[in-house]
Amino acid sequence: MQTIIKANQSFWRINVRELFEYRDLLWMLVIRDLTSIYKQTILGPLWFIIQPLITTVVFTVIFGKVANVSTDGMPQLIFYMLGTVLWNFFAGCMTQSSNSFVSNSSVLTKVYFPRLVIPLSAVFTNLAHFALNLVMFFGFYFYFLFFTTAILQPRWALALFPLLVFQCSLLGLGVGLWVAALTTKYRDLRFALTFLTQIWMYATPIVYPASLVVRPSMKLLLWSNPMSFVVECARWMFTGSGTITAIGASLSIGITLLLVVSGLFMFNRVQRTFVDTI
Amino acid sequence: MSTPSISVRNLSKCYTLGAIGRHTLVDEVQYWWHKIRGQDPRQHMTKIGHTATEARRAEAEQMGADQFWALNDVSFDIHPGEVVGIIGRNGAGKSTLLKILSRITEPTHGEALINGRVGSLLEVGTGFHPELTGRENVFMNGTILGMNKREIAAKFDEIIAFSELEKFIDTPVKRYSSGMYVRLAFAVAAHLEPEILLIDEVLAVGDVNFQRKCLAKMKEVSEGGRTILFVSHNMGAIANLCTKGVILTQGRVVGCGAATECVKEYLGMTLPSTAYSDFSTEASKDAARFLRCGVCAADGRLKGQFCVDDPIRFFMTVEVLEAVQDAEISVRIEDVFGRIVCTSNWSDQNSGAWADRAGRMTWAMDIPAVFLAPNNYLVTMAIHQPRKRIIDLRERVIKFEVSETGGPMWKYHGNDYGAVLVQWPWRRLEREPC
Repeated sequence: MQTIIKANQSFWRINVRELFEYRDLLWMLVIRDLTSIYKQTILGPLWFIIQPLITTVVFTVIFGKVANVSTDGMPQLIFYMLGTVLWNFFAGCMTQSSNSFVSNSSVLTKVYFPRLVIPLSAVFTNLAHFALNLVMFFGFYFYFLFFTTAILQPRWALALFPLLVFQCSLLGLGVGLWVAALTTKYRDLRFALTFLTQIWMYATPIVYPASLVVRPSMKLLLWSNPMSFVVECARWMFTGSGTITAIGASLSIGITLLLVVSGLFMFNRVQRTFVDTI
Repeated sequence: MSTPSISVRNLSKCYTLGAIGRHTLVDEVQYWWHKIRGQDPRQHMTKIGHTATEARRAEAEQMGADQFWALNDVSFDIHPGEVVGIIGRNGAGKSTLLKILSRITEPTHGEALINGRVGSLLEVGTGFHPELTGRENVFMNGTILGMNKREIAAKFDEIIAFSELEKFIDTPVKRYSSGMYVRLAFAVAAHLEPEILLIDEVLAVGDVNFQRKCLAKMKEVSEGGRTILFVSHNMGAIANLCTKGVILTQGRVVGCGAATECVKEYLGMTLPSTAYSDFSTEASKDAARFLRCGVCAADGRLKGQFCVDDPIRFFMTVEVLEAVQDAEISVRIEDVFGRIVCTSNWSDQNSGAWADRAGRMTWAMDIPAVFLAPNNYLVTMAIHQPRKRIIDLRERVIKFEVSETGGPMWKYHGNDYGAVLVQWPWRRLEREPC
């Protein structure tokens, strides 16, 4: 095995084979993140479920009951829970992968491994959280489906839901990689990201349905947000109501791919020498 | 000759000054604001100085340079099975070299070819997480160092046995003492089996026993035919363990060859070659200070070379500016490998106070003949108030040599038999003590 260390190695080459060789590290990082968060807590992993559940209840009360925002005829609990769970997954992927360099700098300055392992581990960790949340969601979903008179019409396209989750994780990773690359130079972005995430959530139809947006200019804005399609599409798959358009779908997928590819390049460019500036 | 394990060709690393240290947009804005107003923008930069190299970088920056070469056109080859010690002062670029070879950062110019699997130990316990148990951390640390889970599982029992932590392996490492922590971390590192091992000052941590264990392990590894690149300030360790040395000064290779030769050459570069020092021109900073010091023969002639059977006199002239009742003078003698031989204090043989009024005086301390083994010695001296403060400290200011001229151990000349010569009585006993 020969390694060549040279100046300015092309940053568009990603060594996939090497990444694969480090899969055990990826796995260990995921395990570490999952097990270490809730050590010394009484409820332990139950927190994975309690958090989105409380958010859902809050949304249901404030936006559903008090503000009386439409839910396109879906049961409010299902409507808000699906949105929250998806958003948490996306925001988790984005925030955690954006912290890749800064929060792991002590390791990164001491040992080499493919740096991409860290943001990828963030995505897998969030995928595990998401899976738990989904179990909770399915519990409520089946209750509403079989034991209430609520109108829920699952579509056959629900089989494609994993693809939607995949897109969602790519999107979170893409934005996260960009922010990670930029935070090595400007730490401000870490704080800005907190606000950005909040604003972005309200720009996404999480607490309101896309059907409420009627003005054409606002509609364009709504669909140019790639998360809008993800959320609305998921709602449509599960309940049969929800707004999906061809433009929204293609914009969303296009932007996602653009972000993830450019994010990978940015990340790869920065990772070669970020140790010098961190 | 075989293909080299590591082949470094014209490797350089440049840090652009000014671009570093601006960590936030606010810093950036401030930087440009000061530039616009025609002030020196460097005043308002956040200084980050973790390592010696960064300190040198900051220094270069203050002198107005806009670039700093941590490594400059470095070339050398290392062949399989060689154990190479990288020698140099703080900030000579040793750590930068290791960082480039272990692929943590990229060079600015040049290249390095590495044949074989590399393991780098720039720290022990990289990636240890306090909340995880010892067992989990072994896997965590192992995978970070480049092993896969199967390899670790296969060696797990061996690792635990080496660390002697069988009982605590399922306890979170945050409950470990620092010694246990280091033991576990080193156990993992010791079972890494790369073809090329890069080690940086890892031995600086831990107690003497632990250091010994580390050195023994390194010796074992090198005897197994693997290539080791080793950065250390411990010249003794380098002279003992390494087969080859590379001397770095200000980012350049200034010497390369057999390890012992390199150690000697480096020590020759850094050590005082003088048997006499004069500090009297320096401004006095405290209540008392050294003016001059040196070694001389019993008849008072200044001299830097002694025979084993010569008595050696060390003298110092001190100036007292303000009376200090409990002032003490201590003199420490160490050999070139950094081993402290002994320390002698003024109060060992005297009582009362010597610095009870302002004035100058000269003190002498006699080292008896046939006491120091043939070697080069360095003298450090201090005026201090025991356990309170140091008034004046002069480190390694005097060097003198004791040569083998037929001392009691002449037959063993060249072997390290110790730092002092002893002539203790031996007697035949009639009965075994019980």
